[in-house]
Amino acid sequence: MARAMTFYSTTVGKKVVMAATGVLLVLFIVGHMLGNLQIFEGPERLNAYAHFLKSTGELLWGVRIVMLAAIILHILAAAQITIANWKARPIGYAMKKDVETGYAARTMIVSGPLILLYVIYHLMMFTFLQTPQGLSDTDVYGNVVKAFQQPGISAVYIVALLVLGFHLYHGIWSMLQTLGVNHPKYNRLRRIGACVLAVLIAAGYLSIPVSVLLGIVH
Amino acid sequence: MKLTLKIWRQESPEDKGRLVSYEMDGVAEDTSFLELLDILNQRLIKKGEHPVTFDHDCREGICGSCGFMISGIAHGPQKLTTTCQLFMRQFKDGDTIVAEPFRSRAFPVIKDLVVDRSALDKIVQAGGFISARTGSGPDGNAIPISKEKADRSMDAAACIGCGACVAACPNGSAMLFTAAKISHLGLLPQGQPERKQRALRMVAKMQELGFGACSNHGECEAVCPKGISIDFIARLNRDYMVASALETVEPVKKV
Amino acid sequence: MDLNSKVPSGPIEKKWEKHRFDMKLVNPSNKRKYKIIVVGTGLAGGAAAASLGQLGYEVEAFCYQDSARRAHSIAAQGGINAAKNYQNDGDSVFRLFYDTVKGGDFRSREANVYRLAEVSNGIIDQCVALGVPFAREYSGYLANRSFGGAQVSRTFYARGQTGQQLLLGAYAALSREVALGSVKMFPRHEMLELVVIDGHAKGIVVRDMVTGTISSHVADTVILATGGYSNVFYLSTNAKGCNTTAIWRAHRKGALFANPCYTQIHPTCIPVAGEHQSKLTLMSESLRNDGRVWVPKKAGDQRKPWEIPEDDRDYYLERIYPSYGNLAPRDVSSRAAKRMCDEGRGVGPGGRGVYLDLFDAMDRLGRDVIAARYGNLFEMYERITGEDPWKWPMRIYPAVHYTMGGLWVDYNLMSNLDGLHVLGEANFSDHGANRLGASALMQGLADGYFVIPYTIADYLTKVKPGSRPSVDHPAFKEAEREVEARTKKLLSIGGTKTVDEFHKELGQVMWEYVGMGRNEAGLKTALQKIPQIRERFWKEVRVPGSGADLNQELEKAGRVADFLEMGELLAYDALMRDESCGAHFREEHQTPDGEALRNDEKYAYVAAWEYKGEGKSPELHKEPLEFENVHLAQRSYK
Repeated sequence: MARAMTFYSTTVGKKVVMAATGVLLVLFIVGHMLGNLQIFEGPERLNAYAHFLKSTGELLWGVRIVMLAAIILHILAAAQITIANWKARPIGYAMKKDVETGYAARTMIVSGPLILLYVIYHLMMFTFLQTPQGLSDTDVYGNVVKAFQQPGISAVYIVALLVLGFHLYHGIWSMLQTLGVNHPKYNRLRRIGACVLAVLIAAGYLSIPVSVLLGIVH
Repeated sequence: MKLTLKIWRQESPEDKGRLVSYEMDGVAEDTSFLELLDILNQRLIKKGEHPVTFDHDCREGICGSCGFMISGIAHGPQKLTTTCQLFMRQFKDGDTIVAEPFRSRAFPVIKDLVVDRSALDKIVQAGGFISARTGSGPDGNAIPISKEKADRSMDAAACIGCGACVAACPNGSAMLFTAAKISHLGLLPQGQPERKQRALRMVAKMQELGFGACSNHGECEAVCPKGISIDFIARLNRDYMVASALETVEPVKKV
Repeated sequence: MDLNSKVPSGPIEKKWEKHRFDMKLVNPSNKRKYKIIVVGTGLAGGAAAASLGQLGYEVEAFCYQDSARRAHSIAAQGGINAAKNYQNDGDSVFRLFYDTVKGGDFRSREANVYRLAEVSNGIIDQCVALGVPFAREYSGYLANRSFGGAQVSRTFYARGQTGQQLLLGAYAALSREVALGSVKMFPRHEMLELVVIDGHAKGIVVRDMVTGTISSHVADTVILATGGYSNVFYLSTNAKGCNTTAIWRAHRKGALFANPCYTQIHPTCIPVAGEHQSKLTLMSESLRNDGRVWVPKKAGDQRKPWEIPEDDRDYYLERIYPSYGNLAPRDVSSRAAKRMCDEGRGVGPGGRGVYLDLFDAMDRLGRDVIAARYGNLFEMYERITGEDPWKWPMRIYPAVHYTMGGLWVDYNLMSNLDGLHVLGEANFSDHGANRLGASALMQGLADGYFVIPYTIADYLTKVKPGSRPSVDHPAFKEAEREVEARTKKLLSIGGTKTVDEFHKELGQVMWEYVGMGRNEAGLKTALQKIPQIRERFWKEVRVPGSGADLNQELEKAGRVADFLEMGELLAYDALMRDESCGAHFREEHQTPDGEALRNDEKYAYVAAWEYKGEGKSPELHKEPLEFENVHLAQRSYK
């Protein structure tokens, strides 16, 4: 335990925790997306899937607890690292240019909290059904269609999912780098892979509100 | 050519400091950036003002003494170049150039463009060595090292310790510097016995000195005058994870 | 004065072994009672401080740079020699010894050189153990390259950064000792005075370059490893901070200065571009393997190089030295370039340069081969000059590079001042009148890793543990006062000229009259001019700021003040040595084909100069050189 705490006490340790929780979150996001995409196979399929998930009981709660822990650790480490980074340069530059880093990397600290807000919003709406639209407890398909037919809600989702894409574009690459997954021969693939995965995830999720708006799913 | 220099002037560590403008006229293209400061300093001394203080020594890009921010980029706009090897032909007539010291909590400003980089020495002292007593080494050819490994090790060992990586990092992290040393030694068979402790000690020291975290921006690699790759940072992370799982950090011991 | 070199008796192969046994050892429990000061943290000083710390001595190490890792050893490119004979090409300790004595034009001490060759192999082993990433062959074994002055391939290298890697090895070892507390490191500290008590060197006075604090440090023995004095010429390949102050201050306190006139000029440097130029950059000599050196036939030819037809070009090295051609030795080709420029045929700004182009080789070998061999050099040249060597011929000119002279030391590397040890380029011992490529790194590390740890023990057995004085000893107080007074004086002159102006003026005189080619009239002119510059310096220099903080002008002023004295001794020695040998070329003494012509009967000795006070002529002491193992001969590489 002491060793684990020592490990976590360093910025490298915190980054590894962020990366490891990042792996879990990415796996969840991919799994969740694959589940959600069943919407294109019709209401029965999606509602059956939702029912199946709820029927797993402890397993579902296990996953939820693990994900909650991952999110908390991910955020805690990010916050601590950010504070350490601010402290590391108390006096800034009068002029500073970025040579290599990109928009996604520079805005992780903004995209992260935005995604958190979005996740809360999303859970409130579809898990806890705490929204005024009168959503159903069993008709997940209907809920989704009903919600996304409102342009305001779809707009929030579309923006949030684009932000998620940006976060993942840097996050997935960064995660591999932090976990030391590298080899000179394959390093180029890490960037490309991160980009492809981020685009696929964003596109996969975006396809749902967009399809509802376009009336493809109704 | 004509240039405007805006140089950070700071009397002492306590002084607040400010950017001061200097007009430079008739600058020859084959003047190095440090020679430009030499010219300015000669003028300032003659006028009874204090010359600009800046670290420099070999002026051929290898000692790592020189370096400051030149218009927002550590060592200036030319890639793979130290400040002393940056020549004025990289600029245009009429340019305004801002020169600021490297900024980091671990690099306090001493005067003008001079900062205290002894934190980098402390990271090496924490474990950036192989504890081979003088006279204890076996024959140089006793342990063959593949050319590929030796070359890779040399890529990392090329670090000149200038601190540009820290200065350029949005987080003021010293990961590239530390990773270069850990990789240089960790890639060699001689470096294996102390590999885990080295990673634990150097990372802990980096932390203690107040450097920021690596967010994988890649700014360090982009400004590194020796082009040291951030691949070595991934290597450091790997070494540190393995070491943390298997060992507890111990102080450096005599025997 | 008795100049006892303390060379052990017996056959040369057995001297060091015998001596190591004869020398006394310090009881392990007594080692921590001795304190050793090391000034300079380059290859010699860094290796010595690390090794002595490991042995258990209390060590204090000083350097003027902000980190020990930045000493100028770091800039050495080519490599380090060792007699490993890994190439199976007939190398041996004796051959390395022979080549070095011959390369030094028979002006070095045989026993020292033999020891150097003997310990050279251990250096490679030690460096490998410390993690120096030497170049390897595909087998995984160490690679070698050839270097000037040898017919065997014995040079170990780490790309073009061998000095850097060797220094980082020593620096790593030193860092470990710092972590363990056995070495205390004082970066940004400059030694400004040596303290001698009753004839024994007992400490130094240093200035903390950040705070300006002047303080004394006491020790049982002092090691100076402060490098060479090439910057007396202002422009050289040395780092800007390299200076003679430490050894010059020791010289003023009684240490003899040996062979100051042995200064090496490197033929292939990038020429001076203009007034603003602050330093010269070396281009690897390997360029001459495939390059051709030429100047226009006609003086004052203003045409661009490509406009000059073949018939109007003078490939003077090929013309004058048909058997060596462009591979003529360093000193010979340096002097030839100077002659061409003196005739008004020099090229580039100021007319001090000659062309070196590889166009023939590009045609013959193809551009790919040239790019592989010299691509990095081409890049470096273009970065500095803005000219593309693929299109234009490069311009080169000789530059001061290394100083073989230095403080006189005996076989134990101790100067005539008891307790003052001098290592590396700062001493005079191993290179004679000319240093071979890849030998400087070898000497620095030999002195630091494998000689001083033994000889210093022998010295310390004669010092009673705990007998060193306190910092309150009057001699320390006196030395501090002297340093403070000098600092104050420099700051109070308030003249109109900058330190650099004086330094440049000195450099011009040194280069003009005491440079590549020297003659009696020129040297006498220099001896007249240098004291005049010095006198004006002390009246007209302006050093701004105060002594109480980081003041780079003050640092420079102190160093230039010492160069202004040292330069005079250099010229004095050059005038006295009325012969040519190695890098010391007296135009009066040359063979018909322009080679250095020695006078062994009169000058086969080490000239060790004693300081006699300001304004007084130094006194010459001679250490005769005897050659029992190497046959004295006219140096020839034909």
